Amino acid sequence: MAQSKITLEQVRHVARLARIELSPQEEEHLRADMDQILAYVDKLGELDVSAVEPTMQVGESGTPMRADEVTNSPDPEAMLANAPARERGYFKVPKIIE
Amino acid sequence: MASPSELNRLTIANAATMLRKREISSTELTRACLDRIAAVEPRLHAFLTVTNEQALEQAAAADRRLKAGDAPELCGIPLGIKDIYATKGVATTCASKILGNFIPPFDATVIAKLRAEGAVFAGKTNMDEFAMGSSTENSAFGPTMNPHDLSRVAGGSSGGSAAAVAADEILGALGTDTGGSIREPASFCGVVGIKPTYSRVSRYGVIAFASSLDQVGPFAKTVRDAAIMLRSLAGHDPRDSTCSARAVPDYPRALSGDVKGLRIGVPKEYFVAGMEPEVERSVRAALKQYEAMGAKTIDISLPHTAYAIACYYLVATAEASANLARYDGIRYGMRAAAEDTIALYEMTRAQGFGAEVKRRIILGTFALSAGYYDAYYLKAMKVRTLIRRDFERAFETCDVIVTPVAPATAFKLGEKMNDPLTMYLSDIFTISVNLAGLPGLAIPSGYDTNNLPIGMQIIGAPFAEETILRAGDAFERSGAVTLKRPAL
Amino acid sequence: MNHDAYEAVIGLEVHTHLMTKSKLFCGCSTEFGRGPNENVCPVCMGMPGVLPVLNRRVVELAVRTGLAAHCEIAPRSIFDRKSYFYPDLPKNYQISQYETPVCKGGYIEIPAGDGAAKKIRLVRIHIEEDAGKNIHEANASLVDFNRSCVPLIEIVSEPDLRSAADASAYLHELRSILRYIEASDGRMEEGSFRCDVNVSVRKRGAAELGVKTEIKNLNSFRFVEKAIDYEVKRQIEVLESGGRVMQETHLWDPVREETRPMRSKEFANDYRYFPEPDLPPLIVPPAMVEEIRRAMPELPADRRARYIRDFGLGAYEAGVLTAERETADYFEGVTPGLKNPKSAANWVMTEVLRVANETGKPIAEAVPAAAEVGALLAMVEAQKISLNAAKTAFAAMLKSRKSAEATIAELGLAQVSDTGAIAAACDAVIAAEPAKLAEYRGGRDKLFGFFVGQVMKAMGGKANPKVINDILKQKLAG
Repeated sequence: MAQSKITLEQVRHVARLARIELSPQEEEHLRADMDQILAYVDKLGELDVSAVEPTMQVGESGTPMRADEVTNSPDPEAMLANAPARERGYFKVPKIIE
Repeated sequence: MASPSELNRLTIANAATMLRKREISSTELTRACLDRIAAVEPRLHAFLTVTNEQALEQAAAADRRLKAGDAPELCGIPLGIKDIYATKGVATTCASKILGNFIPPFDATVIAKLRAEGAVFAGKTNMDEFAMGSSTENSAFGPTMNPHDLSRVAGGSSGGSAAAVAADEILGALGTDTGGSIREPASFCGVVGIKPTYSRVSRYGVIAFASSLDQVGPFAKTVRDAAIMLRSLAGHDPRDSTCSARAVPDYPRALSGDVKGLRIGVPKEYFVAGMEPEVERSVRAALKQYEAMGAKTIDISLPHTAYAIACYYLVATAEASANLARYDGIRYGMRAAAEDTIALYEMTRAQGFGAEVKRRIILGTFALSAGYYDAYYLKAMKVRTLIRRDFERAFETCDVIVTPVAPATAFKLGEKMNDPLTMYLSDIFTISVNLAGLPGLAIPSGYDTNNLPIGMQIIGAPFAEETILRAGDAFERSGAVTLKRPAL
Repeated sequence: MNHDAYEAVIGLEVHTHLMTKSKLFCGCSTEFGRGPNENVCPVCMGMPGVLPVLNRRVVELAVRTGLAAHCEIAPRSIFDRKSYFYPDLPKNYQISQYETPVCKGGYIEIPAGDGAAKKIRLVRIHIEEDAGKNIHEANASLVDFNRSCVPLIEIVSEPDLRSAADASAYLHELRSILRYIEASDGRMEEGSFRCDVNVSVRKRGAAELGVKTEIKNLNSFRFVEKAIDYEVKRQIEVLESGGRVMQETHLWDPVREETRPMRSKEFANDYRYFPEPDLPPLIVPPAMVEEIRRAMPELPADRRARYIRDFGLGAYEAGVLTAERETADYFEGVTPGLKNPKSAANWVMTEVLRVANETGKPIAEAVPAAAEVGALLAMVEAQKISLNAAKTAFAAMLKSRKSAEATIAELGLAQVSDTGAIAAACDAVIAAEPAKLAEYRGGRDKLFGFFVGQVMKAMGGKANPKVINDILKQKLAG
C-alpha cells in the first residue's frame, strides 16, 4: 500500500494556518484528496532541477515605481460602505485576544 | 425564441458598422440582447447579475455619442463581464458566497477603458468560484449550461461569458484565463477566446486567483471581433506593476488572411492516447487545411508537457492561498457570527468558501509551509522554467504552435465532480501556455457527432498576438468549418 | 550572585517609518493624526483585485540609510509575502523582504569610552509595509487602516551590544543619522521609531551565545535600558539557580517595570514566505546608488569632523552641537559673518539650548531666528555692544521676535566706543576726583576700578569698557 502523503494532523495544522474551520468529514475528504494530489505532483521528483533557476515572473523586467505624491483624497464613507460592522468610522471586530 | 430583430446575432464588427451608419441604434441592439437574455437565462444561467437599467442608460449615451460622430468601434456594443471584475457600483461576487453583497467603489482598469469607449455592460457572468474550476460547476450560485446541449457543462472558469456569447445574449464578453479558463469554455461553447501574453493586459481590479498566471481576455463570435476587443483592452497600466509598457498594435489590421509560409509546430505530446478521437481528427483536419493555404507543419516536442499540471497545481494554489487570505469578514463581504477574531476568520471562511476553493487553499498553504516549501513550491517554480524553455526552443523554428484546446468535448454536468484530479487533468493542453506566459487563441475547428463544438488552440511567442490572430482569422474565413448556432 | 562573571549580549531590531508624503504601495497620504480610515484606499485596504505599486522615494530613502550605515546595496532584491492573519493586516499578508534585503552588512559607530568608537555591525536593512491600528474597547476592537501600507525600514543589528548604555547610544546615533538624512523623524512615542530587543547572557569568555529572549513593546529609550537591565539580571538569576533560559517573547510592562512572557501563541508562526508575484524584482543600478549618494545630506559624524576642522571647535562642543540636526543647522545659521565661530558655539550651547530645553519646544520655535542671533554676535565682535547687552537683547527678542538691530535701538543698548566722547568723560572724572587721582598715582592700583566705574556711570553704562580702560590707563598715568 502506498504510504500516506499527508496525515489528518497535518491537514488540521494547515487548516489552522489558513484559518478555515473544517468539519470531521471535510478533514477526512481533504486528507484523501491531498493524498491523491500530492502523490500526483510527486512526479516532479523525476526531474533534475538542481541547476535550474526558478521562474518568478513571466512578465518583463525593470522596476516600475511611482513618484512620491499624494494622489488619493480621503473618502472614508466609500471605504467603510461594505463593512460588515462599523463604529465611529472604524471597522468593528470581536475583541482581539493577544 | 430568437428576438424579433435578431440584432443580438450580429458580430461586433458588423454591428459597429451599422451603428456608425445609423442603420441601427445601440438602444435597439441592447434591447435585443436584453430580450434574448430574458428569454434564455432560465435555461442557460450564464448571468449572475443583469444590469438592464444601466445597460439602457449606457446605450442611450452611446447613441448620443454615435450621433455626434467619431465614436470608438466598441461604442454602443453590449458586452458581458465575468463576475471577477470589479465594477463600480455593481455587485461583484466572484461566484462566491464569501463576497456577500460586496459592491466595489472602483472599476477594474479594463472596465474603465471599456466604459470610456462607450461599451454597454449587460451584466456580470457566471464562473467557477474564484476562477477555480474547468466547468463553472463550482459556482456558489449554480452552474451555467452549455448552449449546444443543456445537459452539459459550458466549461470553466469563464463558462458564463462563453455561453452568453455562444447563445447570442451579447456580442462579446470578458473572461479571465489562469490555466485555460478562457480557451476551454470557448472550445466547449464553440466561440472564439483569446488569452493574451501575460502582462499584455492590466490585472488591476481583476480579483486575483494566481497572480503570475491570471490574464484578462475576450470572448467573441469571430477572430476579428476578438481582435477589436483586445485592441481596447491591452496596454500599460501604472496601477499594475506587472503590466507591459509595450505599444499596442492595431490588431484587426493584422488580419490579412494570408498564412503562406507560416510555420506551424505540432507538438507530439498534445496528441496522445486518452484524447477523444474526434477531437484529434478535427484538429488534424484543420492542420491539413492550413497546409492547403500555404502553411507548413513541423513536428516538434515539448518534452516537459507531462509535468505541467503538477507544476501548475503547486504554483497556482500557493499564490491563491495568499490571494484569498483577505476574505475574512472584516472589511467587506460575508461575516459569520463569532465571539472572537479567530473564530470569525475560521467560521467566515468555512461558510463562505466552496469545497474546491477550500481544497486549493489547503493544498497551496501546504506547498508553502515550513518544511515543504523547497520540495513543492520551489521545485514547481524550477519546473516552470523548464516548460518555458521548451516553448522558447520551439519558437526558434516555428511561428505558431497548434494543438487541441481540450482532450474532449463538453462533458455532462456532474460527471467529473467526484474526482478533483480527473478534473485537473483536463487542463493538460492549456496549462503550459499560462506557465510560460504565452498568448493562446481558441477557435472552433469543428463539431463531434453529438454536435458539440471542438476547439483548436493557436499558441504564439510572447507578444505575438498579431500572428496567432492572423492564423486564426485565416482558418475561420477559409470555410473549412461551418459554425452551428445552438438550438436554444 | 556574581554578575560580573556574565556578559550580556544584545541585538536590536528597529522599525522606523520613512518620511514620505505617500504610502509605500499607493497614493494615500501618510499624514499623522487624521480621522479613522481617512487615509485609506482600495489598495491599502486590501480590497479584491488591487495591486501594489512601489514608491520611488521609499527606495531612495532606504538606500540612503544603507549608505549612511556603510551597507552593501543589493543591485537586485525581491519583495516577499509574509502570511499571517490579524485584523490590522488587510491582505492577511505583509509585503516585506525576506531572503534578499535591499541593504546588507554595514555598521553604526557608538562611543566606547575614552574617546574611542565601537562599531556595532548591522545584519541588514529591508523595506516593508506597516499594518493598521487596533483600538481595544470593552467588548470589541476597532480597526483603523490609516497606518496600513505606510513605508517602514527594518534595521537589524548583530548582537554586538554589551550593555544597556551601549543600546541607548546605538539608538541615539541611529536616530540621529535617520534624522540627518531626512529618512525618518524618529519619534518613538508617536510610533514612528519602534525597537525590539534580543537579550541573552553568557559566561565571560564563552564563545557560544546563550538562549535569547525577545522583548517587545518598548516605546522610549529609557525603557529600553531598563528592560535590558531587568532581563539581564533575570537571566543570570535563572542560570545561577541551575535553570535554563527559555527562548520566548516578552512584553515590557512600563508600569511595573518588568518583562513578562507573552501568552504562548496558540499556533506557531509559519509565515510561509514566498516571492511577491505582483512586484517585479527591485533593481537598484550603480548609477542610482551614486545619485542617491550625491544627494545625501551630511552625516552627523562628518558634520562633527567639519566643525572641529573648520571652526576649530573641540570634540565635546562639536558633539553637543550635532546631537540634533536642528541644533547644528541653527548653529550654522548663526556663524556666517562672524570672525570667531566659537562665540557662536558658546552662545548656542548655553543661551539657545537652555531656552529650547526649558520650553520643550523645537529650536525653530523656541528662540529667535539664527540670523538675528548671528547679527547680535556680530555686533559684539564689532564692539558695537557689550556681551551683557547682547544677553539683554536676546531675552527681549525671545518675546518680541524683533530683529537684533531693532531691539538694540529700542533698548538703547548700543555701546559707545567713540574715543573722543570717552576721553572727554575720563577727563571730567579725573578732574572731579583730585584726591583719588593722587592716591592712585601714589600706588593704590585698586582705585583704577573706581575710575572705570565713574566713567561708565557718567556715560550711562554704555561705554565700551575696553576703550575706557585703554584711555583711562593712559590718562591716569599722567
